[in-house]
Amino acid sequence: MLAYFARRILVLIPTLLGISIIVFLMLRITPGDPAELLLGERATEEALQEIREHLGLNEPLHVQYGMFLKRLMKGDLGETIWSRQKVWIEVKERFPATIELSVTALFISCFFGIIFGIISATRQYSIFDYLSMLGALIGVSMPIFWLGLVFMLIFSLHLGWLPLSGRLSVGIDLEVITNFYILDSVLTKNWTALKDALWHIIMPAVTLSTIPMAIVARMTRSAMLEVLRQDYIKTAKAKGLSQFIVTFKHALRNALIPVVTTIGLQFGVALGGAILTETIFAWPGVGKWMFDAVMKRDYMVIQGGTLFIAALFVVINLVVDMLYAVINPRITVQ
Amino acid sequence: MKRGNPRKSPEDRHPLLDQLSQLWRNKTAVAGLIIVAGFVFAAFLAPVLSPHDPVETSLYDQLKPPVWADGGAKKNILGTDDLGRDILSRIIYGARVSLIVAVVSVGLAFVLGTLLGSFSGYYKGSLDNVIMRIMDIILAFPYLLLAIVVVAYLGPSLQNAMMAIGITYVPRFARIVRGSVLEECEKDYVMAARAVGARDWRIIFIAILPNCLGPLIVQTTLSFASAILDAAALSFLGLGAQPPTPEWGAMIARSRALILRASWVMTFPGIAILLAVLGFNLLGDGLRDALDPRLRD
Repeated sequence: MLAYFARRILVLIPTLLGISIIVFLMLRITPGDPAELLLGERATEEALQEIREHLGLNEPLHVQYGMFLKRLMKGDLGETIWSRQKVWIEVKERFPATIELSVTALFISCFFGIIFGIISATRQYSIFDYLSMLGALIGVSMPIFWLGLVFMLIFSLHLGWLPLSGRLSVGIDLEVITNFYILDSVLTKNWTALKDALWHIIMPAVTLSTIPMAIVARMTRSAMLEVLRQDYIKTAKAKGLSQFIVTFKHALRNALIPVVTTIGLQFGVALGGAILTETIFAWPGVGKWMFDAVMKRDYMVIQGGTLFIAALFVVINLVVDMLYAVINPRITVQ
Repeated sequence: MKRGNPRKSPEDRHPLLDQLSQLWRNKTAVAGLIIVAGFVFAAFLAPVLSPHDPVETSLYDQLKPPVWADGGAKKNILGTDDLGRDILSRIIYGARVSLIVAVVSVGLAFVLGTLLGSFSGYYKGSLDNVIMRIMDIILAFPYLLLAIVVVAYLGPSLQNAMMAIGITYVPRFARIVRGSVLEECEKDYVMAARAVGARDWRIIFIAILPNCLGPLIVQTTLSFASAILDAAALSFLGLGAQPPTPEWGAMIARSRALILRASWVMTFPGIAILLAVLGFNLLGDGLRDALDPRLRD
């Protein structure tokens, strides 16, 4: 198992290098002068010269990449063009919000997706099965930015049940420790803040969970169907075990193995979708920050944010693969 | 030119056709096919079908509600937007924009992916390694993020959005084609083709690829669905179609400011996206069942 883990971690290195090369090249192969692209058309000649010097834009490409990589190793993602702050500091401020939103969304999608998948599989071709699979197909076809707006219109503007946007209402005090508001409010036993934070996260998280939920439900259903056909399930039933035990103890364990991999991939869907969801709900995370940067053409932010999110996604997939190996030891034997 | 071509025996039919004929028995696939046909029909006949010019503004008809609501009129069945443009006409023309985006971006991914995948599977070795590692790296970016970033660099426009979506879809095609080509290469007919001295490109494109069509057709259909969705998302963010192009995602973006005053401006383009994407997904699922049972998820 350890050898397998070591091999997987080693494979991570070329992937991360590849990501850094793509992000590095994007600025350089875009038509036009990279310095001007970074600073805008109205930048002074001195400023342009300064940034060329700083990023080594006059050097050959491989030297530039060397400089880029060296900075990256030190955790230096450069400075934002607009606020003149370290990109890394801005990422650190915002990523807890994104993680909080995506993890909540994934939690919702796994919970409901797996339950719906199980019921559909145990009652194959029933009305419930048809309806939930039709629902799942609608789910994967959903333009989530539109769904978010529909939710907003119904649940906050018409019914007034849920707050329109943001992470916390004005006037709610919360001592920030980790920047994960739900966690912080539990840690400081601030129940008003906890309720407020939960109320704020419901709509964006449900919006973001739509597509992963549908995919998880379909995956769970087909994995369960496959497992339920196997002989050991027949044996278990023949032994006189109850349907419940057979489904949840015997079948589900094996059926969940492929589902876990899917969930890892869904994190990528959620991180990509976070740009849309955060923009709609004014959720102050990495996604909205990157969208604002795209609008302001702050390429240092785009570059840093892309690197961060892609690296995060790769690491999460690695963790999922390792989890996969733990629950399914067969995979480590090649 | 007459050749002895008596009645074709059933064995002469391409097996793909036999599999496709099963599609009719699949209700969801037929439902998908109907939706897709309607969508393509609307796209092609947009000038005939739409009652008004999609970009013509009309000062006196601003924010008219749909015909069944109070204050609605038959002139604008689905109402008008804040510039008095007819929403129904914009949605019909939007089908055209979405279809073009889907065809161009998926077409780009299809051609590039098929080329890279077949070289990878046919020549194997280090070429295979290099190509597939590049595909892995593209896949290492979360789906929508890469498209957004590419457009951010190239500049917002529908053309660049199509290109960005196309690039991000290349790996799915490359992987599928590579897998099928690897499998086919082991078969006798490839060896026979080599033995008679056929050139590599002929073996790949004339002999092998036609046998990999099933999974490719499925992937293309499903990619149409996600391309329409992604293009709408990019346009919603202001990175795709620019005004006054009647594009569904851009229409929703514009309606955000009117969400309380005129919810219909937002509602109908969303339903249009959902239906079009659903149609291709239903059809893709049905095709998968008919053509490639192995791919069922």
